[in-house]
Amino acid sequence: MFQFLIRRIGLIIPTFIGVTIAAFAFIRVLPGDPVLLMAGERGVTPERHAALMKQFGFDRPIYEQYFDYFFSALGGDLGNSLVTKKPVWDEFFTLFPATLELSVCAIIFAVLVGVPAGIFAATRRGSWPDQTIMGTALVGYSMPIFWWGLLLIILFSGTLGWTPVSGRISLLYFFKPVTGFMLIDSLLSGQKGAFSSALSHLILPTIVLGTIPLAVVARQTRSAMLEVLSEDYVRTARAKGLSPVRVVGVHALRNAMIPVITTIGLQVGVLLAGAILTETIFSWPGIGKWMVDSIFRRDYPSVQGGLLMIAVIVMTVNLIVDLLYGLVNPRIRHTR
Amino acid sequence: MTKSKLLVATLLGATMLASGAAHSKTLVYCSEGSPEGFDPAPFTAGTTFDASSKPLYNRLVEFKRGTSEVIPGLAESWAVSSDGLEYTFKLRAGVKFQSTDFFTPSRDFNADDVVFSFERQLKKDHAWNQYTAGIAWEYFDGMSMPDLLKSVEKVDDLTVKFVLNRPEAPMIANLAMDFASILSAEYAAKLEADGKKELLNQQPIGTGPFKFVAYQKDAVIRYAAHEGYWAGKQPIDDLVFAITTDASVRQQKLKAGECHVAPYPNPADLEDLKADANLQVMEQEGLNVGYLAYNSLVAPFDKAEVRKALNMAINKQSILDAVFQGAGKAAKNPIPPTMWSYNNAINDDPYDPDAAKKMLEAAGVKDLKMKVWAMPVQRPYNPNARRMAELIQSDFSKIGVGVEIVSYEWGEYLKLSKAKDRDGAVLLGWTGDNGDPDNFLAVLLGCDAVGGSNRAQWCNKEFEDLIQKAKTVSDKAERTKLYEDAQVVFKREAPWATIAHSVVFMPMSKKVSGYVMDPLGGHWFDGVDLAE
Repeated sequence: MFQFLIRRIGLIIPTFIGVTIAAFAFIRVLPGDPVLLMAGERGVTPERHAALMKQFGFDRPIYEQYFDYFFSALGGDLGNSLVTKKPVWDEFFTLFPATLELSVCAIIFAVLVGVPAGIFAATRRGSWPDQTIMGTALVGYSMPIFWWGLLLIILFSGTLGWTPVSGRISLLYFFKPVTGFMLIDSLLSGQKGAFSSALSHLILPTIVLGTIPLAVVARQTRSAMLEVLSEDYVRTARAKGLSPVRVVGVHALRNAMIPVITTIGLQVGVLLAGAILTETIFSWPGIGKWMVDSIFRRDYPSVQGGLLMIAVIVMTVNLIVDLLYGLVNPRIRHTR
Repeated sequence: MTKSKLLVATLLGATMLASGAAHSKTLVYCSEGSPEGFDPAPFTAGTTFDASSKPLYNRLVEFKRGTSEVIPGLAESWAVSSDGLEYTFKLRAGVKFQSTDFFTPSRDFNADDVVFSFERQLKKDHAWNQYTAGIAWEYFDGMSMPDLLKSVEKVDDLTVKFVLNRPEAPMIANLAMDFASILSAEYAAKLEADGKKELLNQQPIGTGPFKFVAYQKDAVIRYAAHEGYWAGKQPIDDLVFAITTDASVRQQKLKAGECHVAPYPNPADLEDLKADANLQVMEQEGLNVGYLAYNSLVAPFDKAEVRKALNMAINKQSILDAVFQGAGKAAKNPIPPTMWSYNNAINDDPYDPDAAKKMLEAAGVKDLKMKVWAMPVQRPYNPNARRMAELIQSDFSKIGVGVEIVSYEWGEYLKLSKAKDRDGAVLLGWTGDNGDPDNFLAVLLGCDAVGGSNRAQWCNKEFEDLIQKAKTVSDKAERTKLYEDAQVVFKREAPWATIAHSVVFMPMSKKVSGYVMDPLGGHWFDGVDLAE
């Protein structure tokens, strides 16, 4: 297990270097630069343009800029945003809890609904409930997030008035963030109704962000379950007279969950991509919206730092997923 | 519980929490974006000014609400020397800075604050010139203040003198702009002593109608009325900016009663908003112009009659219908109708493709092929440049002119369109900074701006003489006449096809009163009240 861990971490190092190069190059290959965009229609003289580029340090040789970024990043310094002038590290961690909270809720929603739906469909293969569930999953997977979000807002917030339109908590509640996670902070605040307000604000964004992972998880669970249910040991378990619930819920599910966990791990990247649109629709102050704004403004340090942090998070989650295999299925041993 | 009851309960609760008062009023504004910071001077975005300079600060002079007329602000009066080089301001006495949980002022506003606010931008060696990494004074520099301003001097506690390097009539209007907001020198000194200079941009202190309470990045900004505001306490107790970037979501929040005022509606949503019994929709022509600039240095666009003929081929009404969807007005002059000195006596070029074709033939132009540049972004003066370019392409084809539409990334577009040898006519526009005609005519059409913001690369001596003279005279009537004459020259020479001025809409709850639309595009909440 320890050797496996070392090997996996060893793989992360070249990936990390690759990500720094990709993040550094990505924002620079886009046409335009931060000074031109800052000046807008007013324009900027070539002299002033050069002076500002020098002030930002963008006049230095490209390799020098890269190594400066790389070694600063290693030391935890991601530079200052060109727009807000604040440290990128601070900006990221101010916003990241909002994205994490939403993503965790979305993945919980996807698993809680997707896994039972997949199992249910698998145990009734070919029946109308199976076809309905899989058809719905396909629709969910194909749904444009922006359209889906607006549709839910118009229906549940605008027409029915059941849920708030956007934001993380009602403006009624005002407290200093402690953890950055609104559900926790609202509980810590001790203000009556704050938690339920935060929860109600999470409903629609969770559904919107969780729809695609839900569809993927449901389809993956069904297919893994079908495969496992046709295995000999399942037939043996049934022949021994075990109840169908025990056969499916204990014997089959544990093996079927391995590819499902892989899928869930891979959905983290999908969630972060989906968060960009979901956060925009629901005025959710997270890193997705922040990254898009930074790209549009050619805020080099924010884009470089943000991409790097997101990559580190995705790598970490995938490492955890790899380690989880052993816990879910004792047949898998990370020894050699 | 109905939505309106829920809102009332919400607002009541919020205000009770914030101020402890039983009947306090909170106005919620669904703003369209996040501020870059709370020190207005280093920034250029209107969204930042709405959240910083307007609620939190004052300037020596202010724009009279709803107009671009300059009136006294923190300065009670001012005098200009006969040579136009010295501006002496008499400051208002007894003006209080805001007291917050992070700063309590020990003195009233005085000349030190004015000197501090300008010198930090003017002097490269000032201790506050680079108070955070990479800071740039974009507006101050963009308005040529470093060339214009020789010094800012304290005469006594309530008198301050600006010395200029050359006479500049728009100087007073410049001082009403957001970058000229007055900050507290005492607060700056405290931050410097504490080694926390960066907080000047994060925890602001000003003399304005509201004081800063809290900002949760990309989510909510909270303000409370400044109790000691020199012009009197505001009718509302608390002001909240709920940051909502998507226009459709802002519309839903407004309809659901989650906010009272929401700017920049989608044109397609206007009918729905106007039909809502709980809402009112204010509208005003924006202080902007969208145009098609020919390159007057490149044949055959160096001939005024060719440019004029092309202008006559453009069907502006179809552009207004298709691109602006009713939220625009045809432009005939390079400045908008809400600006003083607008020459309404000028007749627009008629839409007459047959006459245009004959004019081109008379000018010896046959089988003309040209490029039209379409901006890749949506701007207030041009909501859909691609569509506009396609309509112009169609119009020009009717007079035998072939058009190729080109576009570039926005930063590149701005850069490449400045080139003197640019191939083609460029769609662009301008939104006024300070309500002075010089801010349109000199910036966009002056000889100094050729190769820069003068995208027509047009330098006409007659026009230039008029606008230069208007810069140096301080008599407004005389300046008005000069600018009116300049517009006549512009119309005759036709360096641009003036397309449209956009109309700005402002939907809000019917409970809101006292809101006045700003022709300069800002959003102000002093003087705004909320019905119980």
